[in-house]
Amino acid sequence: MIRRTRAPLAMLAGAALLLTAACGGSDSGFGDSDDGAAGGATTGVRLSVLIGSSGDAETKAVSDASTAWAGKGGNTVTVTPAKDLTQELTQALSGGTPPDVFYVDASRFAALVKGGALAAYGDDLPNKADFYPNLLESFTAEGKVYCAPKDFSTLALQINTDLWAKAGLTDKDIPTTWEQLETVATRLTTGGVTGLVVGDTLDRLGVFMRQAGGTLLNSDGTAFEADSPQNLAGLEYVQKLARKGVLKFPKQVDAGWGGEALGKGKAAMTIEGNWIVGGVKNDYPNLKYTVVPLPKGAQQATLSFTQCWGVAAKGENRAAAVDLVKYLTSTDQQLAFTEAFGVMPSVRSAAGQFATRFPDQKAFVDGAEYAYGPVSVPGFDQVQKDFDAKVRGLSDGSSQPRAMLEALQKNGTAALQAAN
Amino acid sequence: MTTSIGSEPGTGGQGALAGTVQATAAPPRRSAGSALRRQERWAGWLFVLPALAILGVFLVVPIGLAFWVSLTRWDGLSSPFGGGAEFVGLGNYRDLITVDSLTRQNFVTSVRNNFYFVLFTVPLQTALALSLAVLLNNRFLRGRSFFRTAFFFPSITSSIATTLVFLFLFSGGGAVNELLAFLGIDGPNWTADSRGVFHQLLRPFGVDGPPAWAQGQVVNLSWWDWLAGPSITLCVIIALVVWTTSGTFMLMFLAGLQNINEEVLEAAEVDGATGWQRFRLVTLPMLRPTLILVLTLGLISTWQVFDQIYLTGNNPATITPAYLSYSQSFQNSAFGVGAAIAFLLFALIIVLASVQRRLVGTGEED
Repeated sequence: MIRRTRAPLAMLAGAALLLTAACGGSDSGFGDSDDGAAGGATTGVRLSVLIGSSGDAETKAVSDASTAWAGKGGNTVTVTPAKDLTQELTQALSGGTPPDVFYVDASRFAALVKGGALAAYGDDLPNKADFYPNLLESFTAEGKVYCAPKDFSTLALQINTDLWAKAGLTDKDIPTTWEQLETVATRLTTGGVTGLVVGDTLDRLGVFMRQAGGTLLNSDGTAFEADSPQNLAGLEYVQKLARKGVLKFPKQVDAGWGGEALGKGKAAMTIEGNWIVGGVKNDYPNLKYTVVPLPKGAQQATLSFTQCWGVAAKGENRAAAVDLVKYLTSTDQQLAFTEAFGVMPSVRSAAGQFATRFPDQKAFVDGAEYAYGPVSVPGFDQVQKDFDAKVRGLSDGSSQPRAMLEALQKNGTAALQAAN
Repeated sequence: MTTSIGSEPGTGGQGALAGTVQATAAPPRRSAGSALRRQERWAGWLFVLPALAILGVFLVVPIGLAFWVSLTRWDGLSSPFGGGAEFVGLGNYRDLITVDSLTRQNFVTSVRNNFYFVLFTVPLQTALALSLAVLLNNRFLRGRSFFRTAFFFPSITSSIATTLVFLFLFSGGGAVNELLAFLGIDGPNWTADSRGVFHQLLRPFGVDGPPAWAQGQVVNLSWWDWLAGPSITLCVIIALVVWTTSGTFMLMFLAGLQNINEEVLEAAEVDGATGWQRFRLVTLPMLRPTLILVLTLGLISTWQVFDQIYLTGNNPATITPAYLSYSQSFQNSAFGVGAAIAFLLFALIIVLASVQRRLVGTGEED
């Protein structure tokens, strides 16, 4: 009995090998990603768009805008909101049938470029000069702008105005330096309230390292500089506040993120991006708070988070796809998106109208001028997670800033070497 | 049902039976004029072809492809066959085992976590399942079917749902901590506490940090870290898994218990055996095949724990190889490493299951 069953197994193994050989053969034409935007008709085509939507409002806005564009040229556009964009995009790309247009997060950009998944169309955009330069930089590789920034968010300081007033503080006390931030955080910390609650991740605390003048990657992205004295100064400032108990991480106050801590009144201040506006409006409609620019360290700095409209290098209708992106990133359309789901336009020409329309969010827009993007190195995800896991230890002394940065330097360098 | 599982063709009583069948079937096969035989064989293959095709497409081919991926450095952005993936041979396996890197540190940590998880979960769930089964097997218990349903219920509930409920119960301001506060105990932040339990137990004895002998590093972790025990968060997951799986295993034990002839127990009673003696010397040995089944299934499933870890969030104190395989593949774009972890986990389970078989026996000697 046992011996006979081997025959079909061998057959199947053989079939598997044949299959692999066949796939290998059919895929040899891949790698022509340098063609950029050329190719394909711009009328009468079908486009598929995959988005990582923040909710129904965003899905509907993108769908409506795409339909409006499609109606003009006799095209058809299908907008699909992904449940897990990274995973679904990966599956589509490896299957050889990517969507024509999709969201690309700045932190995933380098990996997608290296994998030859993106068409470089950014330099052909008519309004290229209108985009914020530091956003374009997040989507530039080897001197080419690959894709158009969709919108962006920056970090700013949010203050619970009730708790602020209760502590006897006024508008004059709004912190503009690290020393002042420490003073007000100390003053705001009482029994049930923590002065400052910040997410325990590099995506929030990295802002202090930037403000101290540090950087993780050097400017041309060739080497890590994570263990610099500037970064150490930034992280030691965080440690100092954490050990005093005036800075805590959301989990310590039983919150999922900074906005929740602020909304529940467990934090008097937090550092989050634009998304806090929508998030807090739904969950804590009665919360009174104000948004101010982050206080300065050695320099004024904040972090930006951005996505771009990626166009698939393998897509058959690249010309139409780029045309759609041009439409979606135009100043008017970006303002419509702002209206629909509260994101910040990626073009300067819309900033004035945004600030007029949402005066309480001026601090976020102003941040665009001094914002830094995330590290985009394939494999940096696990490096950052390793760092993030140690952040909690800053408050109980089980993690030391110097050791954390040394590990970041070592692991980041290893990821960079593996990527090149 | 229970006696046949865990037995191997070719050994013990069933093997002898199979032998006789073969002996009678063998002579005609060897004889001349086997055209009819051959035809029958082809017909046989034809009938099993659908089953084989399904097995092949959904099991054999994917495993083969996954093994191929584990030999490449594939970023998941193009087809893994052809230019998209660089062939690195056993490079991914070598990196995971021998090269000092963050990936190995994560892998080693995940294996340590899962080891403690198995060490606590398997004995606890087996003991709980056995006790529940013995209780329910009592003929004089009223409402047996109610209890049977109640104990079995967690097993048929979605693991995602039960995990979410546990996460709420054990959150910092959750019901468990409220209860502890009522008793005057300041509970930890269960779902976000990465401190090892053994470390916490040593605290009252004045051991606050690693003693000198425990500072040496063994593959990316110090002795102190190796001996940390499960983290507090992992203990919550252990409790959850014990609670959910013991219902299934209880049913298996119950079936095993009902197979035991009542007369044997009565005879033991007549011989003057006490209740405990009857359980230890009669019931338990007769339950041995079921026990081995439960232990083996428990061992395999606990080494593959994923859902609960996925929901608890990415935390070095809870990651397991199965979760790491996922996060390396889909979050870190290192599908080759992710697949290699899956195959290492597979090898680990095979080795441990065979060690367990050797330690406990196959349950067929008697």
